[in-house]
Amino acid sequence: MRDLTQLETALEQELNPDDPVQAATFLLHVGEEVMENWLLARQKKPTDTLREGFRILALHRQGAKGDPSFNACRETARELVYHYNLIRLDPGHDETVRRLSMMQLLARHLVFFISGKLQEAGLGEFCCASKPSRLKSN
Amino acid sequence: MQTRKDKYKQVAYYPGCALEGTAQPYNTSTKAIAKELQLELKEIDNWNCCGAMEVKNIDPEIQTYLSSRVLSLAKNETKQDVVMAPCNGCYHNLKKAEYDLENKQKSRDVVEKISKKAEHPVYEAGEVETIHALDWIKFGIGEDELRQKIKGGLKGLKIANYYGCMYTRPRHIFPEKDQGGNSESTSKPHYMDDLLEVAGAENVEFAMKTACCGGAHTLSDSDMSTKLVLNILQAAEAAGAEVIATECPTCHSGLEMHQIRALKKLSKQTNVKVIYFTQLLGLAMGLGPREVGLHENVSDSVNLMFDKGIV
Repeated sequence: MRDLTQLETALEQELNPDDPVQAATFLLHVGEEVMENWLLARQKKPTDTLREGFRILALHRQGAKGDPSFNACRETARELVYHYNLIRLDPGHDETVRRLSMMQLLARHLVFFISGKLQEAGLGEFCCASKPSRLKSN
Repeated sequence: MQTRKDKYKQVAYYPGCALEGTAQPYNTSTKAIAKELQLELKEIDNWNCCGAMEVKNIDPEIQTYLSSRVLSLAKNETKQDVVMAPCNGCYHNLKKAEYDLENKQKSRDVVEKISKKAEHPVYEAGEVETIHALDWIKFGIGEDELRQKIKGGLKGLKIANYYGCMYTRPRHIFPEKDQGGNSESTSKPHYMDDLLEVAGAENVEFAMKTACCGGAHTLSDSDMSTKLVLNILQAAEAAGAEVIATECPTCHSGLEMHQIRALKKLSKQTNVKVIYFTQLLGLAMGLGPREVGLHENVSDSVNLMFDKGIV
């Protein structure tokens, strides 16, 4: 598994527009690896299960357990899956290049957000604050 | 039965500290469009801090009390059943206080004790409805009536609508959301999209509507905040947006400041403009740039508005 700095570097590389499904799969896997970094830093074994057909969503769910502020990246993970699905369903679509570039930005957001949280766990607290009620909801 | 349209015609207005400081243009434009739309804002006298993040992190019950005092003033001094908070932080904290007072005995005890000591009426859950500026316009005016108020319109201005994180999270403090029909979505919010579309904007599909802007990280790790913001700005541009519309002072300031910082520190330039949705609605209704405080934004969008023929 690559660390977050390596993943940030990996996201700088040019994607191959001739094989958009492969590029989208690569980006989805980067998202999974980012989540794995978070879980391992919290001494948790990353799950291999799927949620709604995707491991990244299962990993996110696992990462947010007991740490509700981690939900601040839930929609980012879901958008990554959504764009992956769009590309997978219609790789020849006019919007595919733009969708790939959006996936790249979404994966990068996950890298930055989780890098930030590993330095300062409070990141995300401002947004999904009200910690006591959040803990209750989990 | 009183409709939301009737209820929101006159509301208690809680600007909060940001709208009297860095987000002054949000305050100016909110008041300007209220006047245009003939919606009455009755500002709460002697309002206090909502508890923001600082108090909440030290003692969440004190934050609940601070927000409950604002709600109590809205009810008992301003004599309103609805309080409108344009700031996401204030809106979030008032909703959280409402939730805690309804569900936690400890919160009720603390609020009662301090309120009695401070000699003001104890706020009880359900006495006042807290709404955001988006709810206020969406239901106080409605899209059909808003359409009639649009003069020049936004003329196809390409907009990425950015809601930030506090408007929808955690979802259980917003029981009115995710109810289907015309209710707001916590995963893909759309009220700002709806209103700006009526005003003539072309909303782009924006994948980072609720992504973290790093607001809480600005002081402890500015570089990470800059990276998070730069990524959001780049995503908006990749989606084809000329403008990011905002409805949160923290996000707005973060986007503006880190846009500049990204250029200085990372040599990464982005050109997308950052504008409050109330400013955009005001311009669409024919108000001048100064009337909506456009010149007070850090992100200089005046030339773009001239180029697009909006002003």
